[in-house]
Amino acid sequence: MTSGIEVGARTIRAHQDELLKTWLGQLQAPDAADRRSTAAEVEREAGDFLRLLSDCAVADGADVGGESWAPLRAFLDDFSRRRVAKGYSAELTATFIFSFKQALFELFQRRLAADPAAVAEQMWAWTKLVDSLGLHTVSTFQKSREAVIARQQADLLELSTPVIKLWEGVLALPMIGTLDSSRTQIVMETLLQRIVDTGSSVAILDITGVPTVDTLVAQHLMKTVTAIRLMGADCIISGIRPQIAQTIVHLGIDLTGITTKANLADALASAMQRTSGASPSA
Amino acid sequence: MDRIPILRMGDCLLVTIQVDMHDHLALALQDDLTSKIHASGAKGVLIDISALEIVDSFMGRMIANISAMASILDARTIVVGMRPAVAITLVELGLELPGVQTALDVERGMQLLRSSIDRSRANAR
Repeated sequence: MTSGIEVGARTIRAHQDELLKTWLGQLQAPDAADRRSTAAEVEREAGDFLRLLSDCAVADGADVGGESWAPLRAFLDDFSRRRVAKGYSAELTATFIFSFKQALFELFQRRLAADPAAVAEQMWAWTKLVDSLGLHTVSTFQKSREAVIARQQADLLELSTPVIKLWEGVLALPMIGTLDSSRTQIVMETLLQRIVDTGSSVAILDITGVPTVDTLVAQHLMKTVTAIRLMGADCIISGIRPQIAQTIVHLGIDLTGITTKANLADALASAMQRTSGASPSA
Repeated sequence: MDRIPILRMGDCLLVTIQVDMHDHLALALQDDLTSKIHASGAKGVLIDISALEIVDSFMGRMIANISAMASILDARTIVVGMRPAVAITLVELGLELPGVQTALDVERGMQLLRSSIDRSRANAR
């Protein structure tokens, strides 16, 4: 094995406790004001890291992506996931790993002082190694964060499309939040399916909770209204705020042919009139 | 070649599309329906597409065309029972079928057709 890290690995193994003490001393300082992890937790994490590091470094070369580094990588994955859950920033998480370098180099300087060339060589080899470990941690951190965001987005999508039966033959869909293509698609599908299931002849789209209406949102609304009409039901758009009415006219969006009402109550009154009328086309 | 049956109910014609439409079938339907309206003097046409699962732009245009042809021959056309997936597809294709009247199911479609025919009779008198 000529991976160039054995000297360092042996030094770490021999002076593990000393190294841990130096490292913890440096870790505690910036972490003092932080209540998210107790000192005992940090100590345990640092201890585990160091133990796994010395095991893995002895077992194989300096390639962190290699097979023998798997236990340490698994530890780091778990570590960054825990940090995400506790609400740490990426910076703080990476600092945990990078701060290890200072303690490590101090150890090298103390223990390998007899051979300056070896100190320089080991410093370079271990800088590369710790850096790649740090990068691995950051990328896992990022992935965990993205997973959290994706899950929340999916939750939001499900929450945002409640189709309510207001009256016999009248469905309402209160839309909340920004309308984008994927949301409109889901809204459209859910609403159309419910129209078929319930045999409702009027659907009310309430846009009170839609913060802004631009040409794209208006286009999405028109598509939904057209699809509802094609199915043979009527659609009323309600909850149009004064500012939105102004925006729609300023943008030159043509809403003729679409029934619009200022609020849900008016829309419901109009819908009930239509459903109770002798002629559905009236 | 198979054809789509056109049933007569009083002064209305009932077309139920129960099979997958292909282009030849649609063209044959267009021929049959126009000649039947002409021959019978029907005042209303009800097209039930509740079994139609797949549409393309051609089929969307055929529906619009048939409806337009029928109205030239003085027969009101109502398309009923369009599935959600079909409606979404047509909208995404940009076929909004502006001149076509629609209803949720055959019952409501028939009601709509009846009242519309009665109204035009009353006006004529």
